[in-house]
Amino acid sequence: MKKTVLVGALALAGLSAGVASAGTLDDVKARGTLNCGVNTGLTGFANPSASGEWEGFDVAICRAVAAAVLSDATAIEFIPTTGKTRFTALASGEIDMLARNTTWTFTRDVDLKFEFVGVNYYDGQGFMVPKELGVSSAKELDGATVCIQTGTTTELNLADFFRANNISYEPVPVETDNEAQQQYLAGACDTYTTDASGLAAVRATFESPGDHILLPEIISKEPLGPLVRHGDNEWGDVVRWTLNALISAEELGVTSANIEELSGGTNNPEINRLLGTEGSLGEMLGLDGEWAKRAIMAGGNYGELFEKNIGEATPIGLARGLNAQWTNGGLLYSPPFR
Amino acid sequence: MSDTHFVRNQMVEEQDPPAATTGVAGWLRENLFSSVSNSILTLLSLAFVYWLLAQALPWIVSPTWHAESLTECREIIAELGYGGACWGIIRERWLQFMFGFYPAELYWRVVLDFLLLAVALAPVLFTNLPRKMLYFSAIYPFLMPWLLWGGTIWNPIVVALGFVIGFYAQRLLKPSIGELAATIAAFVLPIIWWLFVAGPVADALASVLPLSIQAVESRNFGGYMLSITIGVVAIALSLPIGILLALGRQSDLLIVRSLSVGFIEFIRGVPLITLLFVASTLLNIFMPPGTDFDIILRVIIMVTLFASAYMAEVIRGGLAALPRGQYEAADALGLDFWMAQRLIIMPQALKISIPGIVSTFIGVFKDTTLVSIIGLLDPLGLSRAILADSAWNGIVWEIYGFIAVMFFIFCFSMSRYSMYLERKLQTGHR
Repeated sequence: MKKTVLVGALALAGLSAGVASAGTLDDVKARGTLNCGVNTGLTGFANPSASGEWEGFDVAICRAVAAAVLSDATAIEFIPTTGKTRFTALASGEIDMLARNTTWTFTRDVDLKFEFVGVNYYDGQGFMVPKELGVSSAKELDGATVCIQTGTTTELNLADFFRANNISYEPVPVETDNEAQQQYLAGACDTYTTDASGLAAVRATFESPGDHILLPEIISKEPLGPLVRHGDNEWGDVVRWTLNALISAEELGVTSANIEELSGGTNNPEINRLLGTEGSLGEMLGLDGEWAKRAIMAGGNYGELFEKNIGEATPIGLARGLNAQWTNGGLLYSPPFR
Repeated sequence: MSDTHFVRNQMVEEQDPPAATTGVAGWLRENLFSSVSNSILTLLSLAFVYWLLAQALPWIVSPTWHAESLTECREIIAELGYGGACWGIIRERWLQFMFGFYPAELYWRVVLDFLLLAVALAPVLFTNLPRKMLYFSAIYPFLMPWLLWGGTIWNPIVVALGFVIGFYAQRLLKPSIGELAATIAAFVLPIIWWLFVAGPVADALASVLPLSIQAVESRNFGGYMLSITIGVVAIALSLPIGILLALGRQSDLLIVRSLSVGFIEFIRGVPLITLLFVASTLLNIFMPPGTDFDIILRVIIMVTLFASAYMAEVIRGGLAALPRGQYEAADALGLDFWMAQRLIIMPQALKISIPGIVSTFIGVFKDTTLVSIIGLLDPLGLSRAILADSAWNGIVWEIYGFIAVMFFIFCFSMSRYSMYLERKLQTGHR
């Protein structure tokens, strides 16, 4: 019986710590830390390092927001969420923002009452097959056994694709990415399908990656982006424009290396507005003038983050593809800072 | 008639048994080669064991301890020329497996906490140790959360005061308002104290004399430390709660009995994983926005409730196995209900229930891995996070093998202890 007390007392302490909630921005500032929901582990996007630091492409978005709002890219409480817990964690206020490779869909935006503030990675569902299968197009996969993660949008996309092409398949349901790798390598399924970025990451870890190919078909649109709760537009603006600042910085040639120099003032008025040497964009957001400068310095601009976490120099080796700037034929197109 | 009869008039010297029946040879013959079919089976088993070891040992003792990534492991293994394990991941991450994200400079607090746990458990587990050590065991439940979570020392102290209040309420009120009312007061007064008075008192004391150590967020708990914390608290709490529930279920008081039966049947009727989802998601929605009710605490409460319901049924089994005469003997001696339970019924009922109780303990400890489903990083959840590191992605056997071995050590020790306890308490009529 003795230990019931500690439960009682801690419960009490926990309850009494609850405070009336103002805007999320004020809450975050008052708390001094950003509660950011991330994946429990997805190669290149979110994983803890040996020293317990979270790193990855999604994690970098959290760090940029924390740097912009709190002037400290490490003032973050990372909250690992699973596919099942992520939306309730956000809806209940346990986390301030969710940056967990979440696909922007109609129902999530409208029905679940969330606000997707943008897209930080344009993904799409692809197929991986062993070379020796001799298949060069997903349309030749008639009758194939397919490893597929349950409870994801990929499962539905797969059904749609095979129905539209009037071919049959046999699903082999798996729970996690690791399980899928093992099943696929053991030959339990002819092909493994998930987001193309995931396939590339998985293939990179194989003993002989050259024996496996990614088929050219991308059968779905998976715009992945950070999201916040509906109804708190000030906070939504902060996260949205932090992401836009990272994207614009790449477009404008602002990097973590030259940002100090550029923030002394340049001939390009948009860079000046972005870095706070001209205008008062930061004040309009409820932050100070240097918010975007700090966000960019936290890990670099969008291109730097991409190269560092998932780019071609990393084992994952993703090409920019759709995620190049619009000037390079990609889809990244930040609204202007004006 | 010949006179060649023989009468032995001295004892024959004691002789050694035939060489074939003693020592190693005898043991082998007796146990392994006692008949043709047994000999064949023995040889087959030996061949199987050899084959197993020949497969597993080279894999286990592969020299990959210092590898920095799976790729490096594969290079080392390629030089070996046979399959080997990649142990670099364990070297790099074993501290994370033990402590999760607990601040590295505070690891000593966790280690000290679990060492003290052993000290506190020792007098409970082994009765031949000095009984004075039990005083420490009584203090430990308040010391443990303080060391793990940190913060001001006044919190555990005011919480402990609640028990003192309950104890004295029973003692002092019994003569004036009767036993039943005193017992109720002993339950209600501490709850009032904890809910409404303890917080402000602790804050006041902390502002007068701030004695505190660095606080650590529950979110930083992970790995085995998380499993052990949840497991130990749930195990320690479920036994007393289970005893109360089992007694409640047998009670003659209608309300007490219905509440106990309802609680036990409800909790046993739902899977643990649904309770964990309630803890992690539903409670969040029910509580006012901005309420920060510690997730690990929610999980501990749910696991404890779950274990208590099972424990209650195990103990009820022990109570049911007790002959009616024991109750009547207690009554005949004039003992009141609590004294009869404490001195006569429980010692016997618990002894009968030991195997069931320990099974429940082991089950609870293993069930703690379910928390990975709600995003807490216990060893299994952590393994997923670690495998997402592109240096290690693709490793399976090593990491799950490591987790399995660690769990086996904990659970096997519990099981051995229960067998020791059963032998020790055996009184011969079984």
